[in-house]
Amino acid sequence: MTDTTLARAEMLADPPTSAPPRRRRRWTVRSAGGQVLLYALIVALAIVYIYPFLVQVGTSFKSEQEAASNPISLLPQTFTVAAYERLFLNSDFPLWFANSAVVTILVTLGRVFFVSLAGYALARLHFRGRGVVFAAVVAVMAVPAVVLLIPKFLVLNQLGLYDSYAGMVLPLLVDAAGVFIMKNFFESIPVSVEEQARIDGAGTFRVFWSIVLPMARPALITIVILSFQGSWNELSHFIVATQSPELTTLTKGVASLASGQLSQGTQYPLKLAAAAIMTIPVAVLFFIFQKRIMNTSEGAVKG
Amino acid sequence: MTAPATPAATPTRPVSTRSSRSGGTHRGEAGAGWLFVSPVILILGTFLLVPVLMALWVSFSDWSGRGSPLSSSVDFVGLDNYSSLTSGGLTTRDFGTALRNNAWYVLLVVPLQTALSLFLAVLVSRRMLRARGFFRTAFYFPSVTSSVAITVLWLFLFSFAGPVNALIAWFGGEGPNWFREPTGIVHAALAGIGVTSGPEFLTQNTALGISWWEWLAGPSVAMFALILMAVFTTSGTFMLLFIAALQNVGYELTEAAMVDGANAWQRFWRITLPQLRPTLFTVITLGLIGCWQVFDQIYTGTKGDPAKTTMTPAYLSYTSAFRDNEWGVGAAIAFILFLIIIVFTIFQRWVLRDRPVSRRRIRAYESATYRKGATS
Repeated sequence: MTDTTLARAEMLADPPTSAPPRRRRRWTVRSAGGQVLLYALIVALAIVYIYPFLVQVGTSFKSEQEAASNPISLLPQTFTVAAYERLFLNSDFPLWFANSAVVTILVTLGRVFFVSLAGYALARLHFRGRGVVFAAVVAVMAVPAVVLLIPKFLVLNQLGLYDSYAGMVLPLLVDAAGVFIMKNFFESIPVSVEEQARIDGAGTFRVFWSIVLPMARPALITIVILSFQGSWNELSHFIVATQSPELTTLTKGVASLASGQLSQGTQYPLKLAAAAIMTIPVAVLFFIFQKRIMNTSEGAVKG
Repeated sequence: MTAPATPAATPTRPVSTRSSRSGGTHRGEAGAGWLFVSPVILILGTFLLVPVLMALWVSFSDWSGRGSPLSSSVDFVGLDNYSSLTSGGLTTRDFGTALRNNAWYVLLVVPLQTALSLFLAVLVSRRMLRARGFFRTAFYFPSVTSSVAITVLWLFLFSFAGPVNALIAWFGGEGPNWFREPTGIVHAALAGIGVTSGPEFLTQNTALGISWWEWLAGPSVAMFALILMAVFTTSGTFMLLFIAALQNVGYELTEAAMVDGANAWQRFWRITLPQLRPTLFTVITLGLIGCWQVFDQIYTGTKGDPAKTTMTPAYLSYTSAFRDNEWGVGAAIAFILFLIIIVFTIFQRWVLRDRPVSRRRIRAYESATYRKGATS
């Protein structure tokens, strides 16, 4: 869903100045009853959204029998960490986690660098064919990921990259939407500083690296968030790029858990524990950058 | 800020004034420019453009998955793979089933997620609301989690002895065995009023190997659980888009309407909603594009079962190629899917493109505001 990512990203990268001035609004509360109803509604909705995650964590500490007999309670009657023990000591889970971590870090670093490099060139450097390159990038954004399942496998196979770390990382290293975001951002910052540095004799890469990039922090954070979340949650690419157990990532591994490997019976505590752990890194990222991600009114005004 | 997803909207032409002004500092930029974009070109070319072309070739070939598809032993078979999807037989029936399933998925997810995300956005945009940040976070959180983790959670929530059925039982009902139930919900509803078989013209006529009656079955109960999941996970993302748009809605008009005595409901439909049109359009088309790409959930959860009622074109394309070694058919399905999605994408970009406002439109707008000013 590149397009959704892009829509979100453009909001993230929006310079805060574009928020309209806040106006005081005199909304008289017409009835206390209405107000109570509104709160009841919104709290009920919030429970619907939060409860699944709470019950997930709660169930991961239950025994399997209890998960089946008392699925709705949040607190286990007999607290057990058996599911976590099994995952960490008796399965490939740590390996999956490590693979996901390595891939995510490499992809995030690579994307931040390559995408900002290209975005800068497309925004600032003058060269023949620039318009064509940018048009190609925009066109590429429209190609949906699921259509690329078979194609990617074909090329990885042809290049001898199938079932290797390189095959897992390289295709994810660049993302057209990121180029687009960075280009837009660079166009929004004033050109004068760079020109001064150029007149002083700094080379193009030096200008980019030590002058432009530090100014681009907000957009870079956006790229980091999107790359991290995207590659950590990526599933389909790893399905077609690898087959050996040593290269299994969390998404692929947990998906195999879900469809019943490693288990007799339903094993819900185990599966839910695995899903909960794989959610932690993105959740942490989300809470660190919450202001930026949710920045739609408060963040923008406070800067 | 109002129309976030407008990739095509940004002018691609370089600003000519700048280049003429500071031409002296641009020496040697061509080399650096190409060097800077080369990693992107190289990777997108190798892992996007070339693969698409290769798959296009495979969709016209009889490659069986052995050796290279470019080797001389692979033959060109014309449109055979495509016609096997429409000519009848098992492949056609599977493809028809997948299309039906996904069409129902789109039909329910897109309106539901759009309405829900707009509703949530309106709720959490109220200035009077306390703890707005908390509620926004709560509604957005499902959007950051991976599709795999959410699917695992959903399999538990909607399992036969799971929390959802426990809740239904608590209200005195009896929940279905969600992910094992292939009955379509439309059929189930009809059975509820005593209709168990369709009229002859629906059961006798077929399209893509499936009778019209089956096309109208609705999503299976299993698919319906996945539909709820999609709404649950995407409503937060789209809520943020709507929140951003709501901030740009002018209060003057709303206040004027209040003075005129319009109630909240009228104000929403007549004042707020029309101003949200671009975002509404974006959300709907993004939904249409995204909903045709259902893969992760099926791969993780149902694998197309029960009775192929959660099979989607994306997943069918995958299993045809990787499991059944029907690479040509798999690639052909992928390209048909590509076509479906690209139509929506192009339509969206075309509507949201930056265009000069025509004279006539400006005049129409001016007279409209003038009239509005005169009446109020």
